[in-house]
Amino acid sequence: IFYPALIKTHIFHRDTPANNPETPFEFTPEHMKRVDAIINNYPEGHKAAATIPVLDLAQRQHGWLPISAMNKVAEILGIAQMRVYEVATFYTMFLREPVGKYHVQICTTTPCMLCDSDSILEAIQNKLGIKVGETTADKLFTLTEVECLGACVNAPMVQINDNYYEDLKPSDIEQIIDELKADRVPPPGPRSGRFSCEPAGGLTSLTEPPPGPGFGVRPDL
Amino acid sequence: MSSSSSSAAAGAAAVVSSTPTSVRASSNMVEVFVDGKPVMVESGTTVLQACEKVGVQIPRFCYHDRLSVAGNCRMCLVEIEKAPKPVAACAMPVMKGWNILTNSEKTRKAREGVMEFLLSNHPLDCPICDQGGECDLQDQSMMFGADRSRFTEGKRAVEDKNIGPLIKTIMTRCIHCTRCVRFASEVAGVEDLGTTGRGNSMQIGTYVEKMFMSELSGNVIDLCPVGALTSKPYAFTARPWETRKTESIDVLDAVGSNIVVSTRGGEVMRILPRLNEDVNEEWISDKTRFAYDGLKRQRLTQPMVKDASGQLVATTWEDVLTRVAGALQGVQGSEVGAVAGGMVDAEALVALKDLLNRLDSDTLCTEEIFPMAGAGTDLRSNYLLNSRITGIEECDFLLLVGTNPRYEAPLFNSRIRKSWLHNELQVAMVGHKVDLSYSYKHLGETTQVLQEIAAGTHPFCKVLVQAKKPVVVLGSSTLQREDGAAIFKAVSTIAQNSRVSSGVEDGWKVLNVLHRVASQVAALDLGYKPGVNAIQKNPPKVLFLLGADAGCITRADLPKDSFIIYQGHHGDVGAVMADVILPGAAYTEKNGTYVNTEGRAQQTRVAVTAPGMAREDWKVLRAISELAGVTLPYDTLAEVRRRLEEVSPNLVRYDDVEEANYFKQAHELSKAVNQSLLAAPLVPPQLTVKDFYMTDPISRASQTMAKCVKAVTEGAAAVDEPSVC
Repeated sequence: IFYPALIKTHIFHRDTPANNPETPFEFTPEHMKRVDAIINNYPEGHKAAATIPVLDLAQRQHGWLPISAMNKVAEILGIAQMRVYEVATFYTMFLREPVGKYHVQICTTTPCMLCDSDSILEAIQNKLGIKVGETTADKLFTLTEVECLGACVNAPMVQINDNYYEDLKPSDIEQIIDELKADRVPPPGPRSGRFSCEPAGGLTSLTEPPPGPGFGVRPDL
Repeated sequence: MSSSSSSAAAGAAAVVSSTPTSVRASSNMVEVFVDGKPVMVESGTTVLQACEKVGVQIPRFCYHDRLSVAGNCRMCLVEIEKAPKPVAACAMPVMKGWNILTNSEKTRKAREGVMEFLLSNHPLDCPICDQGGECDLQDQSMMFGADRSRFTEGKRAVEDKNIGPLIKTIMTRCIHCTRCVRFASEVAGVEDLGTTGRGNSMQIGTYVEKMFMSELSGNVIDLCPVGALTSKPYAFTARPWETRKTESIDVLDAVGSNIVVSTRGGEVMRILPRLNEDVNEEWISDKTRFAYDGLKRQRLTQPMVKDASGQLVATTWEDVLTRVAGALQGVQGSEVGAVAGGMVDAEALVALKDLLNRLDSDTLCTEEIFPMAGAGTDLRSNYLLNSRITGIEECDFLLLVGTNPRYEAPLFNSRIRKSWLHNELQVAMVGHKVDLSYSYKHLGETTQVLQEIAAGTHPFCKVLVQAKKPVVVLGSSTLQREDGAAIFKAVSTIAQNSRVSSGVEDGWKVLNVLHRVASQVAALDLGYKPGVNAIQKNPPKVLFLLGADAGCITRADLPKDSFIIYQGHHGDVGAVMADVILPGAAYTEKNGTYVNTEGRAQQTRVAVTAPGMAREDWKVLRAISELAGVTLPYDTLAEVRRRLEEVSPNLVRYDDVEEANYFKQAHELSKAVNQSLLAAPLVPPQLTVKDFYMTDPISRASQTMAKCVKAVTEGAAAVDEPSVC
């Protein structure tokens, strides 16, 4: 197995003009109420347990996590900043670099690859003009390749923010991108017309209501 | 019971004591077998500790007995008979009847496997790695690893982090044992190190560009089992097998940390800590560890005399001794005086005192002031850290007055933090608010607060009264003030009141004084006058400065044609104003007795010889005495120490604390003190880490300490040098 000599996933932070401890970040009052509700879930003295949900909330509010957001979370929870950095770098869903408004995450692991996710990837790259890991100039779309998203029945698929778009053909994904550009969020789910992961031609099993109690039981019991 | 202990005693090496196991604890003692040998341990001890009791050392990387258990290196895996999987010995508590097989097939296979994994990403740096020769990974792979490799893949590499001018980081070598992370958050109190990322791309570091700014930061160098964290000043200078190790004592603060001075070719290469459970455990502060390069700079190596034009010229010992003897022969009584500095050993102090006493003078002063009103220094209990450093671990309430122990006595502060962390010690402070690495109740910084607590009117007294084992620590910097006597009286009252209200037994001491210089307690034990008041009142014609570099007395304070003799090891403040310079030995170059702030006498030993023509201090004084006609009655070190014993026997009872009593009497005497407290707030001189690094002639001469000061004021990038490796 060959892997690159220097680890590219950045596990260190360098201050940039856009991402430094002075980058403004404050929880909005409604979000602050949610933060308090989250903290109330955990026993006294264990505020640190709320690190993951509060970081997630910060990311949802801001779009990504600047270092100042992580520092703010540390301040709210009364733990050392380093502990928050440890949690934030452990999980890949915590984005520590700016992302566009729509985070297009395409799954390229085995089941999707067998269903030709490569052509979907190519279609996205051609449509948006960016490569994997890059953001479009208008800061609308960021493209990343991610691991299995658990929708293998509906391969190939992409996740955009919190929605799954499944059973894609290259034309489908171009349509989706056009809708997003026009500021409309297309309905998530399979594009092939079927309902979630059910077979396209109708159910092939579980076609009758379940048998009641006593089904298949000996008559003398 | 008796059969198991006798077989354990017969079977094991020297670890098990010969007295039979106490029957008292039989209810929670568990019998386990280590390789078939039975051993009784308390329930809750881990497999690793049980094996250590028998004398079997289990290999480990992440386990350290002063840090919390992590269990992530997996090197301590041992087989338990009839168990399906090997267990991590450092974390698994023993169960009754277990047979721990420390050298079975499975255990050996586990160790080889873990070692193989650890080495798979470890760079082949041994020839250029400073840890070679004292590397845990090297030693354990030789003892427990496989003799062949099957590694054909590529290794990962990690960027180096810049965490300061003292610690060199080559993070590719890191095996992620997390000892440094746990040390930083538990012992040092600075939670800046952590594990970022995960799996193969895990990195230990500060994530952001931050310096590891702690006064105990150098200890991670000892902790790191591989060469990931090494000493930057010591980098590429020596290999451990070519150094000679000398056990000695550190004198850069008053704690008296036990150190090992590693030398090679007559030069000090580095300073390492020595284990002493009662004083410094296994840690030493950064100043102790890294200021040794100041021993090689600004040294006085030749006797010097000020010539007609006012320049100091090198001369011979004969010349300078004759001059000094001549000056001393012409004076009597109060015409001659002496000031002793902060790093003088007891032998030199007693020799100087004997010399001046024979000239009918008793004007021997220390630079540090101690209020003489009340009992003053007559009762030892007044000026010692009576509770001892280990006493902090038993106390439940600590009141700090006008001191910043974090930078005045870092090892004392780490003990307070240990007690705060593990034993729920409550700490309160009267003085300037400083960052102590643990949380405390800040009561204020005015003397008014002190007065109110002493009178019992402060709201805090309610808490103080409930303490079962209270301790009050007064910083010596507050006693330098003009109202020092009044402060001492107030603190003595607080201590006495809380002792009475707590109902603690007689052996428990409450009142403590934390000194900042290593020679103060010995000087006070020998009868020196604290503070230069006596000299300022009656300026002598001849002044003897013994290592005195605080500038308490200058030429301006003395009559016009006064003669100043300076004996010391560094060309600092004192040497500049002297007429005659006698080069002396620093603490690594003499057998000296130093008494730490607890009253514990310890001795330094000769690690290197003094440079040039410098000699041991007491020998110089003995030579002067002979030429001046008042020969001192000792010629050898043993005779000087016998003289020390004559004056104060505790000075030669090494490594033992001579306890002091008479607290009640001292308190009664202090009641007679009629001084009022000044309004000025109690501010200790060392407030931030910037003030920590350069406090005495040796650290002021050290380039490493200068780099530290620059780094904390301008940032780590300001002192970053291009690395060779």
